Formats: sequence, structure tokens, C-alpha cells
Amino acid sequence: MLNIVGKRKIFYGFSLALIGAGIFSIIFWGLHFGIDFKGGSLIEIDWTENRPEISVVKDKLTSLDFKDVTIQPIGDKGMILRLGDISEENHQKILAGLREIGQIEEKRFDSVGPIIGEELKQRTYGAILMVLFLIIVYIAFAFRKVSRPVASWKYGFAAVIALLHDVFIPTGIFSILGHYLGAEIDLLFVTGLLTILGFSVHDTIVVFDRIRENLRKGVGKTFEETANISINQTMTRSINTSLTVILTLFAIYIFGGENIRYFALLLMIGIFFGTYSSIFVASSLLVTSEVWRQKRIAKKINNR
Amino acid sequence: MAIFLLAIFSGFVDYPKAWNKSVDWLNAKKNTISAFKGLPNVPQFFNLSFRLGLDLQGGTHLVYEADLSNIEKGKYSESMQGVRDVIERRVNLFGVTEPLVQVDTVGSHYRLIVELAGVKDIHQAIAMIGETPSLDFREEKTQEETNAIIEKFKSLSQEEQKTFNEDPYFKPTALTGKYLKSATLQFDPNTNKPSIGLEFNAEGAKLFEEITLKNVGKRVAIYLDGSPISTPVVQEAISGGKAQITGTFTIQEAKQLVQRMNAGALPVPIKLINQQSIGASLGEKSLNQSLFAGLIGILAVAAFMIAWYRLPGILAVLSLLIYTVITLFVFKLIPVTLTLAGIAGFVLSVGMAVDANILIFERTKEELRWGKSLGGAIDEGFKRAWTSIRDSNFSSLITCAVLFWLGTSIIKGFAFTLAIGILISMFSAVFVTKNFLKLVISEKMEERLWLFGVKKTANKKD
Repeated sequence: MLNIVGKRKIFYGFSLALIGAGIFSIIFWGLHFGIDFKGGSLIEIDWTENRPEISVVKDKLTSLDFKDVTIQPIGDKGMILRLGDISEENHQKILAGLREIGQIEEKRFDSVGPIIGEELKQRTYGAILMVLFLIIVYIAFAFRKVSRPVASWKYGFAAVIALLHDVFIPTGIFSILGHYLGAEIDLLFVTGLLTILGFSVHDTIVVFDRIRENLRKGVGKTFEETANISINQTMTRSINTSLTVILTLFAIYIFGGENIRYFALLLMIGIFFGTYSSIFVASSLLVTSEVWRQKRIAKKINNR
Repeated sequence: MAIFLLAIFSGFVDYPKAWNKSVDWLNAKKNTISAFKGLPNVPQFFNLSFRLGLDLQGGTHLVYEADLSNIEKGKYSESMQGVRDVIERRVNLFGVTEPLVQVDTVGSHYRLIVELAGVKDIHQAIAMIGETPSLDFREEKTQEETNAIIEKFKSLSQEEQKTFNEDPYFKPTALTGKYLKSATLQFDPNTNKPSIGLEFNAEGAKLFEEITLKNVGKRVAIYLDGSPISTPVVQEAISGGKAQITGTFTIQEAKQLVQRMNAGALPVPIKLINQQSIGASLGEKSLNQSLFAGLIGILAVAAFMIAWYRLPGILAVLSLLIYTVITLFVFKLIPVTLTLAGIAGFVLSVGMAVDANILIFERTKEELRWGKSLGGAIDEGFKRAWTSIRDSNFSSLITCAVLFWLGTSIIKGFAFTLAIGILISMFSAVFVTKNFLKLVISEKMEERLWLFGVKKTANKKD
């Protein structure tokens, strides 16, 4: 049996280092928000014949008075243009301009007004907080009969810390990816993040459920031992489950197409760390809180 | 047994071609044998199709913000309903299947969401939604007025002439499209040219009579969208509120004008604030790619399950198959709008369905190692795993609910497919897999625990 809980400080350290790196990246490079959140427009086109040089396209757009454009080549013949929030007339003007250079097919056009982006940001924060809150409530409820030695709300609390961990690490990684590769924080990213929340709590609950059962059966002499046994018993399952999900996600990543690639990557990262946190962090947190409680009790007795 | 029947039925709904082909074959065979010829043919299976989201079939998602500043506070939702109705009528002219037009209220903002799937010319669609055909009647200005304006125009520099927009010939009257009761497409019986018949309401009829009375022998111009389309000379005062526009339009143009006039004007102005358009070719590519990815993913999972869990693995894959078939059936039945994210949600739910199986098998294996009999271990495995499955799936359902609440249509699709997937996966793991296991186990297997991935030696208690 692996002594995971006993070495918890190493794992805490590892997690904190990763979270620290993520926070560092978010502070220095920020999050690379997509137009969903910051407003603006995106035009994706395919050149039917040869793709012209980016500078040619840029000059053309500048001559039409669209100066603030970023152009990114995609695939063999594709191009993505990013601009500020433009009206439908300007959209058509740009397309007409591009058609003067060569034959194009417009594949996608998104335009988001700034108000909508801001609203969506608010709603997203709201949604994440709401998920976290509801999960604490649910876990506290599901574990209401297990109050010894650790109070049931602490299970909820530990699960939420593990969840925050699972949200922070992928966000940090995406901040880095955003800086180097232009990965964007968009609505799909948020969807992914919330899914990770659901999945990770899945994993954590399985371990907690085993602790609950083992406590009832009286397995293990101390809470620390019970927790460690429970983790070991459920580990194969946790790893196998994540593996199967990561397998499907990997298939989406490879074959699912350009639009959904980062989404699959995000989920893979999230599920990996979700499993990591439920094995190495969540239950250990319960033990840590229990150890602190014991110390406090001991202190009280000594002070008497 | 019931499970099998349900699965087979669902399978045919998912893929009706399979049924229809075999039925065709059967009917053909039957009719060659004279004795059976009198019997009726076996009917074809009904054909339900998947409903694809905008990102998979191409189309556009538009959000309009309504400007309600001129409307009384209490009448906001009433006016929004009015906007919705008018837009819906306009949208219906495109012949799009199942267009979506709905009012969305966010805080103090009143919005209208329009989703058009499979529209080819999105630009034209937007133009037709946004613009109101403005119809008005104008009368001649006096000769002096006309001359004065022309003089003024001549005196301007070329630059200024471009922006000069005073009409030298006609001035507006009170009669506009507001008083229109209906418009109809008519054909001139002599020339067979299309024309538009207008019928005014009572108020409009009165105005029209006054105008024609005042202008007998003069021209009255009919302006559409700010430019004159017809300038007939009034022969006599016209009462009864009927008029006819003859112009040089094609039948197609005349038809469109009639439709637009009948759709009516918007009660409040709207502004396009959000647009997401996806070309049909990209949609199709995404659909094929994601289906392929999903297939590969499921195959990979199946291979893994069989390699790791042996016999139960095979059963799990079978139940997974049934799960997939039933889920797709439910998608068609409801029907769920499948988006790219929705397919991802479905694939993910496959992962979760597998998870339930894994939980059960791991537990069963443990129970076997502790020396329980096969039947006992399976029962125990299911019983013990159930609390985990229930709690974990429930928390995922919570997430889905929040996502649904957050949702724009893309995210809603994801949350909805995931939620359906989770619910069915609980059913498939607990009922389907369990019954399969119970069906195949026999006494002999007690000696062949390798089938369950458990080493036989050293795990029996006795």
C-alpha cells in the first residue's frame, strides 16, 4: 500500500508550485480573452486558390480604413481576421475588399458587442461560484450521517478546495498557452472548466464515499490510516476512469477538428489534475484539518 | 429481454435505413410467393432525424437590442412581443426550417434572439430582418418651390452636391405605410405585368381621398424606402381606400415587396449587437470530424475495458453499446439540438457511463478477492458502488443545471446532452450491466475467476 497521506506535504508542495506558476502567469501575462468576453469580431475565411501574403491582406484592410486587425493563418488556405466590434455593413465592406485580392469562402463570422461580453463575464463568475456553493451544500448533505471524527461540512469544504485547485491549474496553464500560442479564454473554455468541476467532484466523492464506508466498518486505527486505506482502495478505479475519459478526449483532440481542439486539451488537463487532486490532495486535507483539531484539543487539555 | 427490445427499437430509430432495407427485401421476397401475396406489406419505419445546431449545419445566431426609450414602462414586454411577432413573420419568409425567434431579458436590456439554421445568404437575411419597408405618399411641390431648390442645387460646389438631399419635386403627406391594411400581388389583365394592390384602413382611406381630391390632374408619388417607385397622375378623387402601384418590377420583386409590407413595421427600433455565423461547409466538416472522433473514442474505451476487465469488460462494452443506442434515440425523440459542444458532452457522458461500470467492477473484484462467491460479489459490488455513482452523478447534474442556466445555445446543448447522458448512464450501468452479468454467470465460472481479472490463487478464504 502506498503511503499517500503520510507524504501529503510533498503533494501539497507540488500543487502549490503549479498554482503559483499559474498565478504568476495570470499576473504577468493575464488571460487571453476571446471575443466572447471582450467584444470584437472574428472572420474566418478560406482562400479558394492561393493564400495571399498576410501583409497584402493587411494593406488592403488598412486602405479600407480598418487598421486594428490581427491576421492569423490557419490550415492550408484559411485565415482568421480579428477586429474590433464591426457593423454588418463594415463586415460586407471587408469581404468585398478581400474578394478584390482573390476568391474567398467565408466560413465563420462572429461579432460580439462589448456589453454582451461584459455581461457574459459576470454571468460566468456567477456560474462558477454557484456550482462551488451547490456542491458544498450537496456534499455536506450527502455526508450528513458521517460526523465523526470529521464534521460533514468539512468534506464539502475539502472537496471545494480540491475543486479550486482543479480550476486554477488549467486556467494557469491556459494563461501560459494564451501567451505563447494564442489559446483563448472563451465560452467553450468556461464550459470546459465547469465540466472539470463536475468531473473532479465525481472523483473526490468516490474517495470520500469509501472513507465514509470504512469509518462505519471501523477500518484503520486513526483517521489518517482510514483515509490512506480508502485512497489506495479507490485508486485503480480513479485512474482507470480518468484514463478512459482521457482516451475519448484524446480522440476528440486529434480528430475533432480545429474548433474544439483546445476544449479537448483543457478537459484532458483538468481531468488529469482532477484525479490527481482527489487522490493526493482532497482526503489529505481532511486529515490535515483533523490533525489540527486534535492539536487544539490537546492544547486545551494541557492548558487546564 | 425488455432491455433488448428497447435497444433494438431504439437502434432502428437511430438508423432507420437498416429497418427499411430489410423490410424492402422482405416485401420483395414475400410478393414472389403467391400464397403470401394477399398479405399487406410490412410498413417502413418512421424516419426521425437528428436536429443539428447552427455550428453543425451552418447558419446564423443574431442578437438584437431593442430601444425602448420611447415606450411606456408598463408596456415593455407587450412591445417586445410585437417586435417578436413582426420579426417572426419576416423570418418565415426565408423558408428556413424551424427558425428561432425569442425575447431575452437581461437586467434592463430587452433583446431579441434570432437563430436561422441553414441560411445560405446570411447577409441578405440580416438585411431583411433589420429593415422595414417604408412606404409613403408624396404630392407635387409648386413650380416655384421646385425651381428654388434646383437653383440652390446648382449654386453648390460639387462636394456639397453629393450630400444634398432635398427633393425638388415632391413633398411628404401624412399618408404612410402605417395606414396600410394589406398589400396584394396583382397582375394587369392587359399587359400581364405585376403590380401591388394596397388597401388602407379607415383613417388611411380618408387621407388618401383628401390627397387625391387636392391633387386632381397632378402627380402623386409613391415612395418606397425613400425613392419614388411610381408617379401616377391623379384622374379623380379616389374613395374606398384602395390604390395600386405599378412599377417596373419583376414578379419576384413584387412578391417580396408584398410580403414585406404585410409583415408590418417594427413597433420599436432594434440594433444588431451580436452575430455568429457559420458557413455550411465548415458545419459539415465539423460534424464529420466530431462524429469520427466520437467513434474512435468509443472504440478506444471499448478496447481498454475488454483488456482490463475481461468478461465483465465485454459485458460493459455491450451495455455501453446499448447506452449509446438509447441515448441517441432519446436525442432524436426530444429532440435535442446537437451542437459541436453537445457531441463533446455526449462523448464525455460515455466516459461517465464507463465510470459507473468501472466502479462496480472494481468493487466486485475486491469482494471476490475477499472470498465472496461470484453471485454475492456481484450483488455486493453493485450495492456498494451505488452510493458513489449516485453522489458523483448528482453533483455532475448540478453542474449541468448551472451550465444550462448560464447558457447561450451552444453551452445549453452541451449541458443538456451531458445531463441526459448521465441519467441514461445510471440506468445502463445499474440495470443493463447487472442483468447481463447475472445472465452469463454460472457455477463453473467460480473456477475461472481470471475471466474477471482476479487471480484465483490465494484469494479463496478456505
